[in-house]
Order: sequence, then C-alpha cells, then structure tokens
Amino acid sequence: MSQSKSASILDSRILIPAIGGAFTKLDPRALARNPVMFVVATVSVLTTVLFLRDLLTGGGDLGFSFQINVWLWFTVLFANFAEAVAEGRGKAQADSLRKTRTETQAKLLSGSDRAKYTMVSGTSLKVNDVVIVEAGDIIPSDGEVIEGVASVNEAAITGESAPVIRESGGDRSAVTGGTQVLSDWIRVRITAAAGSTFIDRMIALVEGAERQKTPNEIALNILLAGMTLIFVLATATIPSFAAYAGGSIPIIVLVALFVTLIPTTIGALLSAIGIAGMDRLVRFNVLAMSGRAVEAAGDVDTLLLDKTGTITLGNRQATAFLPVRGVTEQELADAAQLASLADETPEGRSITVLAKEKYAIRARDMASLQATFIPFTAQTRMSGVDLEGSSIRKGAVDAVLAYVSSGSLPVSGNVAIAAGVESDTVRELRAISEEIAKAGATPLAVARDGKLLGIIQLKDIVKGGISERFSELRRMGIRTVMITGDNPMTAAAIAAEAGVDDFLAQATPEMKLSLIREEQAKGKLVAMCGDGTNDAPALAQADVGVAMNTGTVAAREAGNMVDLDSDPTKLIEIVEIGKQLLMTRGALTTFSIANDIAKYFAIIPAMFLAFYPQLGVLNIMGLATPQSAILSAIIFNALIIIALIPLSLRGVKYRAVGAGALLSRNLLVYGLGGIIVPFVGIKAIDMAITAVGLV
Amino acid sequence: MTLNGWLQILVFCGIVLALVKPLGAYMTKVFSGERTFLSFVLAPVERGLYALAGTSEREEQHWSAYAFSMLMFNLLGVLLLYAILRLQAVLPLNPAGMAAVPPELSFNTAVSFVTNTNWQNYGGESTMSYLTQMMGLSVQNFISAATGMAIAVALIRAFSRASGKAIGNFWVDMIRSTLYILLPICIVLTLVYVGLGVPQTFGPYVDATTLEGAKQTIALGPVASQLAVKMLGTNGGGFFNANSAHPFENPDAISNLIQMVSIFAIGAALTNVFGRMVGNQRQGWAILGAMGVLFIAGVAVTYWAEAAGNPLMHAFGLQGGNMEGKEVRFGTAMSSLFAVITTAASCGAVNAMHGSFTALGGLIPLINMQLGEVIVGGVGAGFYGIVLFIVVAVFVAGLMVGRTPEYLGKKIEAKEMKMAVLAVLCLPLAMLVFAAVASVLPSAVASIGTAGPHGFSEILYAYTSAAANNGSAFGGLTGNTPWYNITLGIGMLAGRFLVIIPALAIAGSLVTKKKVPASAGTFPTDGPLFVGLLVGTILIVGGLTFFPALALGPVVEHLVMIAGQTF
Repeated sequence: MSQSKSASILDSRILIPAIGGAFTKLDPRALARNPVMFVVATVSVLTTVLFLRDLLTGGGDLGFSFQINVWLWFTVLFANFAEAVAEGRGKAQADSLRKTRTETQAKLLSGSDRAKYTMVSGTSLKVNDVVIVEAGDIIPSDGEVIEGVASVNEAAITGESAPVIRESGGDRSAVTGGTQVLSDWIRVRITAAAGSTFIDRMIALVEGAERQKTPNEIALNILLAGMTLIFVLATATIPSFAAYAGGSIPIIVLVALFVTLIPTTIGALLSAIGIAGMDRLVRFNVLAMSGRAVEAAGDVDTLLLDKTGTITLGNRQATAFLPVRGVTEQELADAAQLASLADETPEGRSITVLAKEKYAIRARDMASLQATFIPFTAQTRMSGVDLEGSSIRKGAVDAVLAYVSSGSLPVSGNVAIAAGVESDTVRELRAISEEIAKAGATPLAVARDGKLLGIIQLKDIVKGGISERFSELRRMGIRTVMITGDNPMTAAAIAAEAGVDDFLAQATPEMKLSLIREEQAKGKLVAMCGDGTNDAPALAQADVGVAMNTGTVAAREAGNMVDLDSDPTKLIEIVEIGKQLLMTRGALTTFSIANDIAKYFAIIPAMFLAFYPQLGVLNIMGLATPQSAILSAIIFNALIIIALIPLSLRGVKYRAVGAGALLSRNLLVYGLGGIIVPFVGIKAIDMAITAVGLV
Repeated sequence: MTLNGWLQILVFCGIVLALVKPLGAYMTKVFSGERTFLSFVLAPVERGLYALAGTSEREEQHWSAYAFSMLMFNLLGVLLLYAILRLQAVLPLNPAGMAAVPPELSFNTAVSFVTNTNWQNYGGESTMSYLTQMMGLSVQNFISAATGMAIAVALIRAFSRASGKAIGNFWVDMIRSTLYILLPICIVLTLVYVGLGVPQTFGPYVDATTLEGAKQTIALGPVASQLAVKMLGTNGGGFFNANSAHPFENPDAISNLIQMVSIFAIGAALTNVFGRMVGNQRQGWAILGAMGVLFIAGVAVTYWAEAAGNPLMHAFGLQGGNMEGKEVRFGTAMSSLFAVITTAASCGAVNAMHGSFTALGGLIPLINMQLGEVIVGGVGAGFYGIVLFIVVAVFVAGLMVGRTPEYLGKKIEAKEMKMAVLAVLCLPLAMLVFAAVASVLPSAVASIGTAGPHGFSEILYAYTSAAANNGSAFGGLTGNTPWYNITLGIGMLAGRFLVIIPALAIAGSLVTKKKVPASAGTFPTDGPLFVGLLVGTILIVGGLTFFPALALGPVVEHLVMIAGQTF
C-alpha cells in the first residue's frame, strides 16, 4: 500500500494553480453543473450591476454594498477553489501517469504463422492485433499474453518497483500498456485500442474529467436545489411584508440573507468531496471505474473473501509433531525433517523450519548424508529420503499406511510381525489424524523403515489481526463469507478461527455466482474480489467487484474496481472509503443546514431594525451594528467554505461502531456543532471587522 | 399555569395514548381486509358498494391510477358540493329559507370541504340550509377524511411490501375508511353528544323572548351528527359560526375533552397502523414520539403565554391569564390545549378565538400549521406529511452512518427526493406568496380587522390555515371577498393535492424497491435518536422558512406589547 503518494493537503504545487482554476471555473457552463453556486453567481452579478449603477448615480451606501459584493464573489470563488484543489490533487497523479504514455513503437506480428514483425506506431494498433514484446520494450497497449513468459516492471501504474511475472494461460496473463518487459519475451494480443487503455482510463478518472454525478449526489443536488427554492420564497416575500409594516429593505441586504441561508457550504464542497473520495481510493492504489462503485462500497452488506491470501497466509504450515506411543517427539521431528530436506514445497520447508525452531534440529546437507530424495508423485502420494540403509516416508495418512502394510520395505524384515504389533499403533495414528482433520488441519503421516512414527500437523495460518477486522466489520453491519476450495470440515474450523460469519466450502465459480445472486435476492449488496477468468461472472454480478491487477483481462473487465497492489485484504478498506465518502457528504450537509439558525439571528434583527427597533432583542449575539451583522454573516458564510476544504478532502473519520453510535456522534459534532459554530464565528468576525473599522 | 390545568392536559394525552394500540390494531385489520367484529354487518354493504362501483378488493392500482381515481373523485366532490350550494334555495330541508350561496363563496366552500380544510367564509346558521349541512358538508367531511386515510395507507404499503407495483385500490381504501372507521365511531359519538345536550333536529329555528322582552331567534339543526365527524375527521367546519365555542356545539368540559380526543384519535393510531404493517410497532411509536415532543412543547408555550396573560392588563390591576375570546367553561388551560391540538392536527375547529390569544400564544398555532401539520396531523394527511419530512431527515442524516439513505429498507434516491422537495416546497409557496401579495394589495389589506403586526398575522394566518388545510381562522379578517375567496381556495387546493400527488409518487416508487434487510450498519429509526433527528429536521427545514414572516407578525407584536403598545 503505497501511502507515500499522498500529497499534503496544503501543498503549494496544488494550491497555487487552484487559485487560477477558481477563476476559470467562473465560466457559466462550468457553474451550471452546481445549482447552488450557479444561483449565488447569478445574484452576485445582479448586485454587482446594482452597485455599479449606484456608483454612477452616487446613491446607496457604497462602502457597505461594495464589501458585500466582494464577499459574494468570494463565496463563488471559494467554491471553485475547493473543486480546483480536489482536482489538482488528482492531476498531479495524472501527470505522472501521462509520462508513461509516451509514443511507443510496436512490433506487429503478421502473416498466418506470425513469424515476422513490422515496426508500427503504438497508437495505430487495433484490438486483436498481436505484437511481440521483448526485453527492454515498452508494452504498447493493454493486452493478454498468448505466448511466452516475461518479467515486467509495472512501477508506472502500481508504484511498486519489483518486477512481476506475466505469462500466457492462467491468471497472470494481463499486461498493461506503458509497462516495460525486463527479461524474456511475450506475444501479446491487444485488447484495448489507443485512447481507451487502462492508463488512459486512470488518467481520466483521477483528473475527474469524466466525472459523472453519482446517484446519491444527484439526489442530494435535488434537495439542495429545493432548499434554495424554499429560501427564494422566504426572502423574496420579505419586501412586501416589510412594505406592509411601512419599511423597505435594500436589495443587497436581501441578497445577503438569501445567500447565507441557502446551503452554500455543502453546495460549494459537494464535488470536491466526490473527487476526493475517488482520489483516496487511487492513493490506496485502487481504481474505481465509476463513482457509483464507490458509493456502492459504502452500502455493502456481504463481503465474499477468498480464504487463501486474504484470511490465511496462503500456504499450510507445519505447526506440530504428534508422535504415536513409544516414539518421542524429537524422534518424529528428526525423521520428518530428514524427509523434507529436499522438499522445496512451502509445506516441506515449513517442516524443516518447525523442527529447527522447536526441537533445535539443524538442517543437514543432503549430499553429505549421501541421501537420495524420493519425490512426491500422484501415484505414491508420498515423498521422502533413502539414506544409510534407512528409508523415511511422509505423506497422506492412507498412503503411508498402505505403504507400511504392503511390505514394500527395502530394508526391514518381518512384515507380518510389524503389522501385527502395530495394529494398535495404526488405530492410534488414525485417531490422531481424525482429531487434526476435525480441527481444520491436514495430517501428514511419517514412517521410518516400515514403522509408523506419528503425524505432522499442517495448518492454515490465519493472518494476525484478521479476526479483529472481522468483528469490526460485524459492528459495521457487514457479514463476511469465506470462500475456499477446502472440504467443509477444514473450512468450518478455519472459519471459526478467523471469525468469519459464514463460509462456502469446496467452492466452484458457479457456486460463488449463485451465492452472490442469493444474497442480492435478499436485497443485500455484495462485494468480492477475484483474479481468474473463472471469477469474471461473479465479479460482474457483485455490486462491488474488485479485480486484482495481476489477474486476467477478463477479470479486470468484469470488475468495477481494480486493485493495483493485488491485495485482497483491501476490500475492507474499500468499504471504509465508500462509507467515509457518504458520511462526509451527510456531515457537511447537516452542518450547512444547521448553520441557518445563527444566520437568521444575525440578519433578521439587522434587517428590520429600522422600522421595528424592538426586534433588536433577537440580536442575541450582540453584533455591533446592522451592517456589521450582515457583513459578518456573509463573511462567515464564505470563510467556512475555505475552512472546511481540508475536511472535505480528507473525509470524516469512519469508526467501526454501530450505526446508532456513529449517527449520534456525527449528529453531535456536525448537527449541534453546526448550530453553535456560526454563533461563535459570526460574533468573532463582527468583533474583528468592527475593530478594524470596516463598517 | 396551574397544576389542575396540567393535569387536564395529562389526562388528555393519556387517553390519546391509550387509544393508539387498540384503534391501531382495528384499523390495521380493516386496511388489510381482515374480519373485524363489525364485518358481519358491514361486509355485505362493502361488497355491494364494490359491485356497484364495478371494482373489487383484489384489483390493485399502480400509483398513477390510484392518484387519478382520487383526483376524479375529489373533482366530482367539488362540483357536486358547488351545485348544492348554488341550488340550496330550491332544494328541500330548508326551513330557515336560506338563499343560494354566491359563486365565489360557493367555490371557496366547496374546495374548503373537499380538501378537508373547512375554512368558513360564512356563518353556518345564517347561510346554509339543513340539506347543505348534511348532504353537502357532512358528506365531504366523511369522504375528505377517508381520502386522507387512503393516501396514508397507500404510503404505508409502499414501506411494508417487500416489492411490487401496486399500492392498493383507492376505492377500497376509501370505502373501508368510511364504512369501518368513520361511520361506526361517528354514530357512537353522535349519540354521546346528543346525550350531553347537543341538538340533533330537523325542526326550524326557535324564537325565544328574552328577559328584556326582546325576541331572539335560536338556531338549531342536526348539529350532533356533523359535530362527530367534524372532529373525528379533523374537518373542523362548525355548524354554527362560533364553532366549538358555541354552547350547542360544545356544551361542557366532557364534550370538550371528547372533541379534543377525537381530533387526535385516528391520526395517532395511524402511526401504530404503520408500525404494525411494517412489522415493528416501535417504528410507529418513534414517529408518534417526535410528534409528541413538538406537541408538548407547543402546549407548554401557549398555555404559559395564555396563563401569564397581558402585562399591560396586570398594570391596571387585572390579574390572571388572558381570557379575552375564551369561554369561561374552558378557561385558559383547555382553550390553549384545544388551540394547539386543532392546529397540530389539521382540524381547525376552535373553542376560543385564536386572534384574541396573546401574541406568543397565537404564534404556536401558526407554527403548527406552517410545519405542515405533521404533529399528529389531519387524518392521513399528518402521516403522509411527516413521512415527507422523514424522507428528508433520513436522506441527510442517513448518509452520516456511511450508507446511502434508506428508510425501513427502502432506498431513498433521486426520485423520492424530487417528490419530497416538491411537496415541502408547495407549503411556503402557497402560504408566503399569497400573504406577500395580500399584504401590499390595498383591497386585501382593507379586509384586516386590526392595524399593525396583528393585522399582518391575520393575513398570514389565513393563508397558512388554507394551505395547511386547517380551516381555523384568526378572526378579524373579513374573508368573504372575491380576492380571499379565490386565493384561499387556490391555497387549499395547492396545500392538499400538491402534497398528495408527490406522496403517492413516492409510494409508487418505493413499493417497487427491494427491501434491504437491516443490519448493525443500518440507521436505527425506532429510537430516541431518530425522534430527536426528526424533530430537528421538522423545525429547521419546515420552520426556518417562516422565520422572517413570524418575526414581523407575532414576534414583533409581542415585543411591542412589552414596550407598552397594543393593537
């Protein structure tokens, strides 16, 4: 997880261009995308025209209305600035990506046997062209390896400098345009035309260029537009109410009231929140193909997690030596280690490691022992060594038992006696192995010279801290389901140890797909990750399908997110980022609406003071003059946008507590806080501008 | 304020709460089509009516068909009532020889009764024949209430059904509301009222000779039957001009209590129907809880203001609360309580003159109506009104739990938001815009009874009452002018149907959505947190809009009064 990419929020390289961006975004076509700010800009134009008219005719309180005008425009500019900063952070990443998209030459294979190639421009490649990429070449476009194996440097997209292997067939066949082959060669079938490659899409995404409003954003915009309309009614009717009372209200004051009442805070920050949410994922090395997917991540009810790599460390490891009666642990460990010395499988290595760590038996050298390694075969289902006239075997319990009773012993003598004597031992051995299987581990029997020694327990090692993560998810209301190819008994034991809520044993891709459909039929949203081509249907069916970057093209196309680090554990963080995005939106909307109370108390007494001086008692903040009150409210309204930019980019912190606790906390902070903060802020600004003598 | 006053208020609350569960259970059965203890009599009638109407209880409607049926039915209601009003002079049962009602007043009255508003720009005993009162007004009192209940039930189905397209059958819901709920209770109540001394007669008005020897005509008529449905159906249109302040329409403390309870009974029970139908009664109690918080707060303010009275009067040595415009047999406590109830629900019946309340005492009824009458509210109307606020509350705050907003497993998305906003928008539109025009239109200003902020409150109250479909009047304003008859009529139509249609659209959209099962990550909507959130949303979203107008009306009137000036 390369968090190193995260730029500081107050990076001047982003802030300075954003100031320019704030002005270019005054383009009405850009403003029209944001109904609240568009309305603010429109009334600002109106009051500016009125100000200019007064300037020429010499009427009105020019100093006051000039300041209001300035702050109205600042409100719009601050909103633009927020968006520009959010986009700027993405742009910085896009620029570094763009560097990789330099013009490449491709070796296009032609002819029926594809033996010869011609050099063509990378951009001229079409889908289904086949190219050869050799050591040192840049892969010209996204594609699938159809022949060969090569090590590829994918630092351009993942930031990870260690090369990765890409080979035809299997689950590591996808290559990305712009990455470099370091050794060997591969033939690649092109799957994306120029301009629509993975990197192109990444650039478009992080820049926010193709950002579509998400469904929830659209709904929120409707609410904000509706509230704006309600406040149009509330303020536009004031002049005639005032006229009834024999007073009149200057338009600039009405506009000030209107702009402070409409939800400008959330209106200004809404798109920044959305862009920042995508950006957080990108910083996490996850690419969401749409904002919709990020929102869906927040809604996920069920997480399907592959056992291997996500819940367990990946390979089974030896965790104990369990000898039969009459054999010491030391003896068993010694034999087990000897049998595993040449066994290069992770399981074999773990046996030597355990023997060394637990029984201080140092690894010995096969050559000096003059031992012969007997490799594992599908027929014998055993492996071992023959040395100094002795033979050691380890393997599946049944296989070793059969081996012992069959009498195919190269050294030992009396089989009948051995079998007769050891029938008790056999029973004991079976008992131990059943015990182990029940606990979800795998038993491996060890025999030396026809004598059963005991069992090696091989176990899936559950990742440290993973069960805490699952109980955290449970508190978030998310059900976890472990997917594994293991038999139900093993699966149940690991599921219990890891603390998942459910498991799917002996899973096939079809079972995965039907499990997803089943959950969805219950109205639940499902997230999963996968890498193989056979995962593609399930990835497409899941509401949030995270494809591993190491995976196949089919998997990548089917998912709606790609994890560049290929770390399936990230699914959990993705859910958190989705939730954080939604929470930030809700928190700032609540804050924005709650602010209105204080603004009313600032402006209403100021507005009506001329003809109803008694309304002065509503000036509970004790603001100096009507003008300072109105100015303070509008300044607060503009400055709060700037003040909340960091929060909107960083996001409200998500805590894995129940929804009730989370809501009451956020309501307290952003609801009650939203009521109180402006009272304090407006009062402070009022004191400041009065001291400075602005009014 | 006295302990006795608060005890009476508590007795009222206790009775309403005690009725919630039994009435809720009964109504749930009725709307689900299950057998009730009245089925043996009413089921054949019900089937007969379906046969007559050519419909069947199994025939369910899409929301648009439901809305169309409702609109057509109400349009016919307006036309029929308008015809009766215009023709009453030639129709039977007119012993007092009432003349035809003029066109603008007929329009206003027809709209008023069809929309469950019962704004009355006329005095009943001096304008309406017995036939008009019974066949015209009382009939609408039943079916406008039944319409409200039908809409509420359709909306409840949208949440209770796992998924589907239909939200019920308007005709079935309407007929069941009338037949099983309104009629039986009204028959009982009518008998009770008659027992308490309320007249129920077709006989002519009685001439009496007073002690001074003057001749006085005492108005009579079929009062009790209309009174029952006026309260139970939250209609509020009085038989007499003085409404429930008239001794024949509200003789004593007992009849007053029964009337107050019947205003809230169905509205409160509907929250329980909701809870039962969505499978968790706590959901209903939470909604009622939010209503209760707002209600008690309103009662406390009004009762406090009325009991405290006017400091200017105290200066003259007149101690005690504000008794101007109140009946001695009810006093400040029961007058204040009645005023808050009648405006919290969309009833509009009055037992005291709201215009004579202190400025702050009169502020609460105004706010109650401006919030959209969601505090228990009109039968059905209060429920679908509060659901609109729930949609907004859940949308904003629901995001703060990190999920896209949902209520009872149904996702709140752009379409629901659009409709909720439309409905929430129509109230300030109808209330503020008309009030703004009227307060500068000389002919409209001429109608007000008192100068200054109080006069402004009269205008604001009239449009607020109309758009909220309340029907109570502030007094003082001469409403029977072409301007007010027509604009108030438009306000009533907007406040009724521009809320109902979006509410049905929301129902139609939600019913098709799959129910997302609740989990630990779901926003809990059945606890005190939700109650607090809903109260906050109602006050901020619903109330802040009216802050400037209220500041220029009751608030400034109060402040000016403290400074020694009255109007």
